[in-house]
Order: sequence, then C-alpha cells, then structure tokens
Amino acid sequence: MKSTPHSPETIRLQPGKGWAPLDLADLWRFRELAFFLTWRDIKVRYKQTLLGASWAVLQPLLQMFIFNFLFGNLANLPTDGIPRPIFTFAALLPWNLFSNALNEASRSLVSNRNMITKVYFPKLLIPVSAVMSGIVDFAIAFVILVGMMVAYSVKLTAAVWALPGFLLLALTAALGVGLWLAAWNLHFRDVKYLLPFLSQFWMLASPIAYPLSNIPAEWQTLYALNPMVGVVEGFRWALLGGEVFPATAVGLSLVVSFLFLLSGLFYFRRLERTFADTV
Amino acid sequence: MTDYAIRAEGIGKEYRIGAEVDRSPTLRDAIVRAASWPARVLRGEAGGPTEKIWALRDVSFEVKRGEVLGVIGRNGAGKSTLLKILSRVTEPSEGYAEITGRVGSLLEVGTGFHPELTGRENIFLNGAVLGMKRAEIQSKFDEIVEFAGVAKFIDTPVKRYSSGMYLRLAFSVAAHLEPEILVVDEVLAVGDAEFQRKCLGKMGEVAEAGRTVLFVSHNMSAILRLTEKAIVLDKGRMVHAAPTREAVDYYMASGFSQSGERVWQPEDVPADAAPFRPIALRVRDPRGAVIDSVRAIEPLTVEIEYELAAPIQGLRLGVYLQTVHGEVVFTSFDTDTPEMFQQHGTRAAGRYVSRGVIPADFLNEGQYLLGFNASTFRVKRYFQDEAALAFTVDAMGAPGMQWTEVRLGPVRPALNWTIEAQ
Repeated sequence: MKSTPHSPETIRLQPGKGWAPLDLADLWRFRELAFFLTWRDIKVRYKQTLLGASWAVLQPLLQMFIFNFLFGNLANLPTDGIPRPIFTFAALLPWNLFSNALNEASRSLVSNRNMITKVYFPKLLIPVSAVMSGIVDFAIAFVILVGMMVAYSVKLTAAVWALPGFLLLALTAALGVGLWLAAWNLHFRDVKYLLPFLSQFWMLASPIAYPLSNIPAEWQTLYALNPMVGVVEGFRWALLGGEVFPATAVGLSLVVSFLFLLSGLFYFRRLERTFADTV
Repeated sequence: MTDYAIRAEGIGKEYRIGAEVDRSPTLRDAIVRAASWPARVLRGEAGGPTEKIWALRDVSFEVKRGEVLGVIGRNGAGKSTLLKILSRVTEPSEGYAEITGRVGSLLEVGTGFHPELTGRENIFLNGAVLGMKRAEIQSKFDEIVEFAGVAKFIDTPVKRYSSGMYLRLAFSVAAHLEPEILVVDEVLAVGDAEFQRKCLGKMGEVAEAGRTVLFVSHNMSAILRLTEKAIVLDKGRMVHAAPTREAVDYYMASGFSQSGERVWQPEDVPADAAPFRPIALRVRDPRGAVIDSVRAIEPLTVEIEYELAAPIQGLRLGVYLQTVHGEVVFTSFDTDTPEMFQQHGTRAAGRYVSRGVIPADFLNEGQYLLGFNASTFRVKRYFQDEAALAFTVDAMGAPGMQWTEVRLGPVRPALNWTIEAQ
C-alpha cells in the first residue's frame, strides 16, 4: 500500500495548565473508535450470562411487578388515571436507561484503565460510548412497552414524536453527571460505594412510582430541578398522552442537564491530562 | 516545515508517589488543609501532601525524519516515561517536545483487546484503538491474520487462545500500523525465537521504508542492528547521545562493574513483581569472594537472593548470559532438572538463595552480562532484568593462551582432545 505524500502537522507536547479546550475536532477524528468502543460494550454486555439479552426485558418487568405491589397494592399511590402497570413501566424505561448509563459511564474509565495508560486517544470517548451502549437495552424493553400499550389499548397522539427528544435528554443528564463521577472515580474509588445509594435515592426522588401531580404545587419547581423529573413526565406525556405538557419540569430538566453536561465536559477535560498518571 | 520528526527540549516528568510525607502538622496547617479540602478533592488530589519524584529530567534530543533512534537504559532509567510522553499518553511536567507526523506506539501490544471477543473482532477494535481507520484495517486484515498465523482461530474468542497466539495477533495488528513515527518498547521480549525474528524483520522494513522509529530495548544486538544513533538514559537523565556503537559501549562500560554484585532496593522493584522480590545477584569465585573479574580456569558461582511474600507454584529462577553485543550464550533455570522441579517447583513464602555454577574452562575472555528472570512457565513473568550485572572473564591460563591471537566465539571450552598416530 502506498501512502499519499502529505506534510504532517507538528504537534507540541507541553505541560498543560488550568482549563483545556474541548477539542471537538480531535473527537471527530476518532469517531470510528467511538463506534468500536460502543459496539464492544454492547457485544460483551451479556456474554457469559445464562439469559443473555433477556435481562434487558426481565429487569424492568420484575421492577414493575415489585413497584406495583409496593406502591399500588400496599401504598396505593395515585397514577393520574393511567393503568398502573403501564404507568410504572413507561417510567422505568427512561429511568433504567438513565441509571444504567450513569453507572456504566462512572465506572468506564477505571474499567478501561489499560487503554488509558497505553495509547493516546480522546478519553471522552470512553464515557460517551458507555452511555450509548445502553440504548440497545432500552430498545429491547421498548418492544415490551409497545406490546403493553396495545394490550391496554392506549391511543398514540402526535406527542409521540417528542419521544426521541426525551431519550436524548436522559442520556445528556446521564453523561453530564457520569463525566464528573468517572473523573472522580479514577482518583477516589469511593464513587463505587456512592453509586448504588445515589441511584436508589435518585430513583425515589423521581416520579416513577407516583405522578408529578402528587407533589404539593409549591414544591414542584424545586422538585423539578432533578432533571429526571422532566424526562420521566415528558416520556409519559409523549407516550400515554397526558392532557398537559409538563412544561416547567421539561424546561428545568433541559437547563439542568445541559449545565451538568457542560460543566462535566470541562471538568473532565481538565482532569484528563492526569488520568494516565493516577490510574 | 522542519526536518525533524521529534524534537525534545528539556522535557521532564514528575510523578507523585502514593506515600504521604509524614510531618507533624501545626494547627494552622490543619486549618489551611481543611479549608482547601474541597478544592483538592476537585483537583483529584487525595489525602495530604505527597512525595514527588522526577522520573525524567531535562532530556533534549532530536530525531530526523527517517532516522531510527535507540533508547538504552536500565530498568527505571525513564525509558518508558519518555516513550509515554512522546506517544501522548501523558504530558511532560516541564519542557516540550515537537512531534511531526502520526505517532504509532507499541508500548504494550494488545491494548484494548477484549477476551470475550473473537480474533476478528479484536483486530478491528485494537486497530481503531491504535488510530487506524476502518477501511485501512479492512485492507490489511488478511495480512495481519497471516502474519500472526492464527487464521484457523480467527472466529474464536481470544480468551481461548494460547498466550503465544494472543501475543502474535496483538503484535501483528500493531505492526501493520503505518505511522510516520513508530515508538517501540520491549515488544521483542515476547513470543518465541521464530516470532522474534519476524518482528525484527518487520521493524527493519519499517525503518527502510523511511519512517522514523524510536526503539527501546535491552537487546543490544537488536539495537546495534536496527538503529544508527542511540541515547543512554540513567536515573531519568540523558547521560550520552552518540552513534549506536559508541552509545552501546558507553552503556556497557558504565555502571555495570558493581563489584560483582547487583542489589535491588524495594523501591527499585516494580509493584507487579509481587509476591516475588529480588534482593541481590552476585558472582562468586570458588573461595566465596564476590568478584567482578573471574578467571576462565576457575568455576564461578552465580547466586540469586530473593524473597517470596507468598508461595509461588511452578517458580523458576534463571539467568541469561549474554556477550556485550547481545548474543545470548545460554539460559539456565534453577529448576531445569525434573528432580529440582519436583522438589522446588513450589516454594513457600520466605527468603531463598539459588546458586548455579558455571564450569571452569568454559567462557572466553571478555565482558559478559548476566540477565535475570523469575517466572512461571507460560503463566507469569514476575521479574526480569536482562542486563542486571556485568563481569569480566580473564583468560589467563585458559586453553590456547600460548597463542596470543583473539579467539572468536563467546565460549572457549577445554575439549577432551586426543591425538592418535594411525
């Protein structure tokens, strides 16, 4: 193979200080690696498990039964007039997408430390591909949701077109928080112990087993600072066709998610130069 | 546009080592530290003040395009740190380097390999990690598989590969990168002799194709064969830069005549050697004295002192004897015989000494290097130092010394000659 003659650019390697630019051009140059890393994460996810990808279905289904029993039969929380199984399941899907993405992203740097210490590439690709790989699980579970919607004869409205937007929002929030945690996790393995609590607490603080309307009106704005409130409520609205669009919650979710993402990106870039030395 | 592929100006790298510096804090210190805690957590600095060491300091050199530069130095001299900086894995702490062209690094082969994926899948993944485009990998796929010799197992998960196959595949992917600058570290330590020869051939090809190569190795004959210029690193500093032969001579002459003894301090031993810890390697004469110059007509004892923090199964300790030009004279392990392996293959935790005797009337005159290795066959290499100790052989009284000519060959055995009139 003949390589085409060209004059390669000169890169200067020197000590970096303070904040680093995001260098999106570099990310673009390595886009194929992002694809391969995502593809690898998807391929190995259920390797050596007995049930394989069925877990993507089983997990939310079992969660739904438990939730129905706890919050329906025992606590009898309201569901805004939506059949409880579908009310819960439609919330669990975006929630699981978010929490899996957050988990995977937070652990991603540590589990890929081998690569970090051996070759150069934009490290941002690692948490990004960890987040992306969760979409497959979501897609599988979504098929079940569609089946349930048919069974409960839920009528789709035009709002369904907003669905991908809410997915993107969930992934944005997960990546934003995940970037912070991933960078921390390299230095302080405390993150590993913090994560389960954070997930659990965050789940209870999101309208999964109960509707947003269950929160006293004067607290709703504060409550909606949790970006998952907008995502979950928006998801239900898009799919099950609630009468009112949860505008405040979605707006706040947008703002908070992007703040997390932006700060996460810069923080990550700032710490990136020390990754290979601290792992 | 510059003529240089690499230009390093006073680069240095400081590492923080884990241990906290013990000092009695004053109340004021404590308050200041407590107040700055959140900021330090954000910057990822755990705990209190820590000790820092310079792994590399004030290193400057230039490599012209198409030149092959050798980097020589003992373990811990800063070679790997230098390569890590040049391949952009880590940033220098001071100074700068200018790199012109795509850098491909073979710092450790198989980076990004996933055991659950097949050989085919890993080729694509690893290629992408090394910076190859998908189309590029596709076009070289058959070549890579053939070079590695794993065609039959290409759709088998690599966790089922033998370690030899795994390494061959990993090296093969890396070797088919076509970067303008190739950075190579110790890859030749892997695989069997046949594969090593292939690797060296490949490196030679790369160099002949006019690409710039930075080559780090303990193998002096490979350095001599493949590089034109070399730099010598010692304790993080560049102590010599010259045409390769001169640099190798300098390296051989310096620092090795350590009175027949090489001692490893605990901090000289890499953490991944555990539970094995080398303590000392010595050369003794028949009277038990530690010496750096031995007589060819006397046997000499090679002594390895070491400690095991935990029992190791199948352990073998051995020495390589090399000439200063990197020709291996022999390799010998302490558990080479079935009886020794039976008895000492598994060693409990504790302190040990292994001794081997090199017979009299065996070595030729000149300088030799003793390398040292602790490993379990095909499982793990705990520790290796291919040039741990040097000693000189004095041929006085050896066979044939009445003729003053130089005898070729690393050995000068006394053969049992008979002469009969027929």
